[in-house]
Amino acid sequence: MQAVDAKALPALQTVELSSFHKRLRIWGEKIIEALILICGLSAIILVLGIFIFVFKEAWPFLLSRFSWREFLTSPEWYPDSATKVRYGALALFAGTASITIGSMVVALPVGLGTAIYISEFCSPRFKEIAKIVIEILAAIPSVVWGFVAIMILNPLIIKLFDVPIGLNILNASVILALMAIPVIVSIGEDALRAVPDAYREAAEALGATRLETTFRVVVPAAKNGLFAALLLGMGRAIGETMAVLMATGHSIHMPTSVFDSVRTLTATIAAELGEAPKGGEHYQALFTIGLFLFAISFIVNLTADFMVRGFRRKI
Amino acid sequence: MFGLTTHLQNKRRKERRVSFLLGCLTLCLVLPIAFIVGVLLFKGLPAICWEFLAADPIRGMTAGGIFPAIIGTIYLVLLSLLFCVPIGVIAAVYLSEYAADNWFTRAINLAIVNLAGVPSIVHALFGLGAFVLFLKFGTSLLAASATLAVMNLPVVITATRESLEAVPRQFREACWNLGATRWQAIRYVVLPNSLPGILTGVIFAVSRAAGETAPILFTGAVFYKAELPQSILDQCMALSMHLFTLSTQVVGVPEAFPYGTALVLVGIVFAVNTLSIALRFYFRTHRKW
Repeated sequence: MQAVDAKALPALQTVELSSFHKRLRIWGEKIIEALILICGLSAIILVLGIFIFVFKEAWPFLLSRFSWREFLTSPEWYPDSATKVRYGALALFAGTASITIGSMVVALPVGLGTAIYISEFCSPRFKEIAKIVIEILAAIPSVVWGFVAIMILNPLIIKLFDVPIGLNILNASVILALMAIPVIVSIGEDALRAVPDAYREAAEALGATRLETTFRVVVPAAKNGLFAALLLGMGRAIGETMAVLMATGHSIHMPTSVFDSVRTLTATIAAELGEAPKGGEHYQALFTIGLFLFAISFIVNLTADFMVRGFRRKI
Repeated sequence: MFGLTTHLQNKRRKERRVSFLLGCLTLCLVLPIAFIVGVLLFKGLPAICWEFLAADPIRGMTAGGIFPAIIGTIYLVLLSLLFCVPIGVIAAVYLSEYAADNWFTRAINLAIVNLAGVPSIVHALFGLGAFVLFLKFGTSLLAASATLAVMNLPVVITATRESLEAVPRQFREACWNLGATRWQAIRYVVLPNSLPGILTGVIFAVSRAAGETAPILFTGAVFYKAELPQSILDQCMALSMHLFTLSTQVVGVPEAFPYGTALVLVGIVFAVNTLSIALRFYFRTHRKW
């Protein structure tokens, strides 16, 4: 039928119609491709957007009240004080640093050990199961971790160590370690898997046992990737908010032992932003902390990415 | 000869010992999960009944149920998917099908990595600055889900991209040889073939969006709201926020309440994750190529 219809049309018209169609299709394709490009740029736009919007709110504070010296060296954070307002974030930095280090002390051996085990030693079946377990561990929401810190770990620490408060650096470190382990395991395992099998075969051909192959050949070859895993795990610990807000016990001071309560940069924003009047100095100071957090995460992620890609290129 | 054999035996023994040790380390990870899930089930299950799931919280949240929080979480998740899935999938199409291997693509990749690593509270600041104040959405469902969408965008992009790149290049070449344009090949062959992978990524984004608290803290979730949100400019309750409130802010809550809320939240997240894992296994065994 269609063939007959086409024949019935004057030749000229057919040509015009098809060229119109063709043009429509070409334009349609171009529009779609433009749209795809815009979406492709979304990540860049958003990262810039995050920086700009956080910077915009922090800017007046940076101009007027902010001083590097006070912000980085004074532990006095009194944003609401009537008589002497202070914006010293040293104690907050110390809080973040203490729980990050604490969590890495636990997460690093366990995370790297697990990554090495599931990549080099265990059977494929066990590997499948272990990966699912780690996925589940990663899926537990941070607020649930915070809840666990308050309801389960808190009484446990009080009982075990005979201290008055169980919400402290130790508690937060354990919780954060459990949250950072999945990151360390998955990135670390990627790094180990990226080591070519030829390396392992060569080592075994020389008579090395599995153990020697792993620790003298594979791990050294993957060390950049493993370092990236450590960095990203740390990034996770530094940036974590809700679990830390609930587990650290909310007290702004310089920590002296693992049983001290602290407060982190992230938790301070979460705890105080709701009460800080919009556009006020306190509000802007919190955005300034956000700016620092953004910068830290930026550096951590760039370094990790550089280590992973630099490493891949070499092999 | 003997010396060599014992030497080898020693090596083997050492290897077995280290392997065993590392295996134990791995098994250690199961313990906290089992423990947490066990405690949540033990203390949370008694709270879960029809009333708990279907009634509003009453008397300063010390009685009643968590119905508005469940609905709020569902709204937030769905609305955030509406933003991040189309943009994320198309961005992945760009990166996998169109982008050349140059500095520009590398910049996009770096941006994705960074976006994924930005602390959730900084996302909250961004949501507050950009959506609540600048775009004047107010603290609303819309602003909160947009913030969640920004956070989940890298997840969707990465998952989609991986599954697009898993589609063999020959599929595309066959299309081009038949005279299909680039977009036609993507639309009719590449995307349908990578749908399972995209779906797994989306489901993973759902579980993350459902559990997040910090990004919605200042952008749209509230401690308590009697009625359900009527429009996307209303504020809403959310399960994660409710759990935070119950365990830190409210005095005199019966212990079973926060446990029940945590159990529901973890239940939803696990169910969604299990679905994603099951899908992945199913499609892996039923793949066409």
